[in-house]
Amino acid sequence: MLSFRLKRTLKMGIKNLWMHRLRSTLTTLGVIFGVSSVIAMLAIGEGASRQAQAQIARLGSQNIIIQTVKPPEDQQATGQEQSMLEYGLTYADAERFRDSIPNVQVVVPVRRVSQRAWYRNRKVAVEVVGTVPWHPETSPTHVGMGRFLSSIDMHYKQTVCVVDERVVRELFVFDDPLGQDIKIASDYYRVVGVCSAQEVARDTAAVDSEASRGALGQGGANVGNIYIPLTTVKDRFGEIKVQISGSTGANIEKVELQEIIVKVGALEEVLPTRDILQTLLERFHKKSDYQVVVPLELLRQAKRMTLIFSIVLGSIATISLLVGGIGIMNIMLATISERTREIGIRRALGAKKLDIMVQFLSETLLLTLAGGILGIILGSAVPFLVTHFSRMPTVITGGSLVLAFGISVMVGLFSGLYPAYRAANMDPIESLRHE
Amino acid sequence: MVRALDKTLQENNDGPIVVFEQLRKNYWLGAVELRVLRGIDLTIERGEHVAIMGPSGSGKSTLLNILGCLDRPSGGCYRLGGQEVSQLDDDQLSLIRGARIGFVFQSFNLINQLNVIENIETPMFYQGFSERDSAERAMELARLVGLGDRFKHRPSELSGGEQQRVAIARALANDPLIILADEPTGNLDSASGAEILRILLTLHGQGKTLITVTHDDSIATHAQRIVRLLDGRIKK
Repeated sequence: MLSFRLKRTLKMGIKNLWMHRLRSTLTTLGVIFGVSSVIAMLAIGEGASRQAQAQIARLGSQNIIIQTVKPPEDQQATGQEQSMLEYGLTYADAERFRDSIPNVQVVVPVRRVSQRAWYRNRKVAVEVVGTVPWHPETSPTHVGMGRFLSSIDMHYKQTVCVVDERVVRELFVFDDPLGQDIKIASDYYRVVGVCSAQEVARDTAAVDSEASRGALGQGGANVGNIYIPLTTVKDRFGEIKVQISGSTGANIEKVELQEIIVKVGALEEVLPTRDILQTLLERFHKKSDYQVVVPLELLRQAKRMTLIFSIVLGSIATISLLVGGIGIMNIMLATISERTREIGIRRALGAKKLDIMVQFLSETLLLTLAGGILGIILGSAVPFLVTHFSRMPTVITGGSLVLAFGISVMVGLFSGLYPAYRAANMDPIESLRHE
Repeated sequence: MVRALDKTLQENNDGPIVVFEQLRKNYWLGAVELRVLRGIDLTIERGEHVAIMGPSGSGKSTLLNILGCLDRPSGGCYRLGGQEVSQLDDDQLSLIRGARIGFVFQSFNLINQLNVIENIETPMFYQGFSERDSAERAMELARLVGLGDRFKHRPSELSGGEQQRVAIARALANDPLIILADEPTGNLDSASGAEILRILLTLHGQGKTLITVTHDDSIATHAQRIVRLLDGRIKK
């Protein structure tokens, strides 16, 4: 009995909507665009945030990265042109970290030099990373072919190197890189391993390239990293960098280490350890020639940003959905005044107020449900196209689909209730007389 | 739904089908009270055919609305089938309308989106009939009024006479106590009008109580009794 009523009500609704196809379509468009913009905007926002979070996570969330920063030059120093500027992290710092803080598990001192690497007649700009054999413990870099640097390489200051995949792609093209010799500056280095490319979050990359770019003079994006033993770097490239720049003359800088990566045992220890590290550094560094980067904190910030981003995008989209709802309400009110006589007839034939209300509410809901479903289809297609054409990652979450659909149903209820209420409360005598 | 129906629809099979006692209806037009019905006493017996006549402004339409439970009287008593209905609320009146009264209007008042069968089914639908029962009964009624070959037609595809026949079939759907016909032939040519009148008289012959509101003396002459209204009172 009830199912017959439901069936008949829905059938009536579909019939009525079908009779005014153009009107129904135009009305639904508001909901379609509303729903699809909710989904598309959330998908784009989610994609951007996942990308940012993945980049940060690649820095290692248990890591604390201390980087050398060129201290702000004071006027006196610039006066003495030939003096040597000495700043940055030192081997002593790395040792102090290892010896004085108990929950530090791994300390990786890193020295970076921008250089050109040659293989046969090919040349690429690379970043030479002088590091220690346990470097992979602090980053998700994994060795695909061959091996990473060993302590024997360190001890004997071997001229061996591990290249990352991007360097392999640019330099070797079709050759097997293992066992080949790469020329960096005036020395040849034998390739002993190939590791995965490590992406560096943009802001940290900007900081250290500023410090280590000097040697080549021109910035130029590095193709990738070449890892060689820290001791070899110290031996072959030294610690003093002379830069001759136009009018100011020679500019001499001495930097021991560009970066120290500290890894702690657990996520909860990251922030307390950072505070200890900072206290320790403050004591030995008079100038502010370092900066502490905590990927975990960046991650948290990125998550907060994403939330704000999602709220902003979501509310814009919700407003457009509301506008669609108002359009629906408008049309339903027009429909009701058009069908006043039908309402009167139905009332005379025994329809209760509730029956009339259900009839018109179900028509509105049908409209918004159709809009919601079409909106989901369109809204899922848009992020796909965005990814396809702009290479921007997008992620459609199930939650956003449910949210958009739920909102469209809410809009349907909200915009349908008042017109249905008006229809139900029309005076049957008046509406029967209505022309 | 079914329980509410049982409670609302009490029927007393003895006695007259319609009883008006000192029925009054007033309207307020701003500050002026308009007394449309000024004490109507009327009794209609089961199976009677009564014609209600009167010039416009005599309160004919108001009386019809109250008879059809579309409106409530301001004072007095209205018993339909032995049940007092003047104090019922809107939902209860809707139930009574659907179950006890069959309307036949001057302008047919079919629902244009629905076909013949669906139009006849509408009152049954609101009374909670099952799909199969209502479809069977609708087809039976359509055949009864001579529309056996027009089941799937829309009102706009039918002639005036055929439309009024659909309306009569619809009025019969819930087997009502009274059939209220408001100028049933007013919009029809004389041939169709005669046909409609014939159907109505046949129904009366089968024992239905028929109340016709009309201007047309030739229709009124078929009635057993003519009630004439003037200025809100029954003219003796």
